[in-house]
Amino acid sequence: MKHLRAINTKAQHIDDYLTSQREDVVALQGQAQPKPGTHVPMGCSFVFSPGWEVDAAGGTAGLCTPVERDIYDCWFTCYWPAQVPDHLNNAPDWISKCASATKDWRSLDLVFP
Amino acid sequence: MTAAEPAVYRLGEFHPFESAGHRFVYLVQSAGIFELDEVSASVIDRLARGAASSQELLEHATAAGFSSDDAVGTLEELYSAHAILNGEVRAPDGIQHVPSHVPLQTLVLNLTNQCNLSCQYCYEYGQDKLATPEGKPKFMDWETAKQSVDFLFEHANRRSPAQITFFGGETLMNFPVLKQVVEYARGKANEESRSIGFSLTTNATLLTPAIIDFIAGNHIGVTVSMDGPKEAHDKLRVFANGRGSYDIIAPKVRELIARHRTRPIAARVTLTGGVTDVIGIFRHLKNDLGFHEVGFAPVTTSPDRLYAINEAGMDAVLSQFHQLADEYLQFALRNELHGFSNVSDTLAELHQGINKSHPCGAGFGLMGVGPSGDIAPCHRFVDSDQHALGHISTGIDRAKQADFLNRGHIASKYDCHTCWARPVCAGGCHHEAFVRYGDTGHPNLHYCDWIRGWTGKCLHIYGAIAAQNPSYLRHFAERRGE
Repeated sequence: MKHLRAINTKAQHIDDYLTSQREDVVALQGQAQPKPGTHVPMGCSFVFSPGWEVDAAGGTAGLCTPVERDIYDCWFTCYWPAQVPDHLNNAPDWISKCASATKDWRSLDLVFP
Repeated sequence: MTAAEPAVYRLGEFHPFESAGHRFVYLVQSAGIFELDEVSASVIDRLARGAASSQELLEHATAAGFSSDDAVGTLEELYSAHAILNGEVRAPDGIQHVPSHVPLQTLVLNLTNQCNLSCQYCYEYGQDKLATPEGKPKFMDWETAKQSVDFLFEHANRRSPAQITFFGGETLMNFPVLKQVVEYARGKANEESRSIGFSLTTNATLLTPAIIDFIAGNHIGVTVSMDGPKEAHDKLRVFANGRGSYDIIAPKVRELIARHRTRPIAARVTLTGGVTDVIGIFRHLKNDLGFHEVGFAPVTTSPDRLYAINEAGMDAVLSQFHQLADEYLQFALRNELHGFSNVSDTLAELHQGINKSHPCGAGFGLMGVGPSGDIAPCHRFVDSDQHALGHISTGIDRAKQADFLNRGHIASKYDCHTCWARPVCAGGCHHEAFVRYGDTGHPNLHYCDWIRGWTGKCLHIYGAIAAQNPSYLRHFAERRGE
């Protein structure tokens, strides 16, 4: 806050809360109220998670998670619509040959349903 | 269909105050305290003259020389902190039912209902007594005391420290059980890797070197009930034969303070009709006897008792409180501890932004146990059949507890709903309410102006410390008002 200065502990809580509400949409972080501070994009090259999924037609429209979820991060920090394989349904064993992504990333394949 | 009305802003619910050249608001809904900058102060001043649309407010701010960015930003901040409202009507919150298993934090053991003094104003034995001790044990036996400790351990949160407070009657008339409780509870806490603290209140008449050593060795916090220098103290704090108790206790208190160095030692003064020289009493107890802290409370009584303080007397008390509070501020600005605990208790609540549903923890975080094992909302209700909330052997009567807590909830005290001091007061002491109005849930309307005057003074001091010596506020980060 610029014009109101939080003095007591409760005011500080209010300030923190309002600041957190003003943050951008952060669905990828998986937190309802992320702490204010640096935005760390998850699911993008910052954390080395290679590979993305396409649907049967080679597009991203029919995937299990809404594409907007990724678009946000790609829009916010990057330009590429990254998507991780669907580990619940289509590619449960996708990482089974890849114990360490930084070393074994070559063994990760594209996923074609 | 009519065209939408332009949004109209008005002031929210807050108490504005100034201190050390700074302007603050104490927000009543949240108990948050914010300092205003010039733009926000100007918007508040404008709205104090009446509601205004955002366009009018922006024009007002820009005419006063502020940029429109600042004006817009201020409106957003004031609005989101609920310092100003925009058309909405806030219905008062209903009673939030207290969850049935709030962990117990403090158990007050009234080790005896007997006392070797006969203070005329005593709420336990005086004319306003609620207790019905007839036919009940006079001293708590070890079995009941042990059950009480087990009860506390069972109902307290494992991870936060539990507290046992010894009370009476005169607490030290049952010192053997006190000693057993401390040893047993300490052993049990060690076994279960939990934390436990002890404190006691006494009239100091029965202190001996051995007892002082035990108290000091076990880090037991001590509050001495004492009303000031000899003349003031001996007015009402007398033995059964009418002889004053000052000469007996003064040397014992000095010895206690000299030997017990592990916890601050407090004096608790009851102000009555003839005993209102607050400053004289404070100086004597703090400087002559050496108490670390001195706290004052006007006697709890019906207004017609001889020792009740009349309105003029209360005004005199408040003006002396203000004087001592000013002195407290000077100490705080020099990083010294002053010892006027009425200020520190209130500052602690203001600092944390406590917004109470109930005036105190009685009936949920704190309970009292009488010599018979009856559970009471607090030590003041001990031995009163009407107010018992169960028995230590059978547990808490949840229906009675719920009734007590619903009565005392701020939402059911309609008189309080327009008062800005309700976050810290919440209607005031349940016991005092019963003595005055016959209902524990009745707001203590006889001291509203007094509470607002005192809370306002403490806000002023709080603001001055926040502006001039903010690091001093760390003293209040953990302290809880009692």
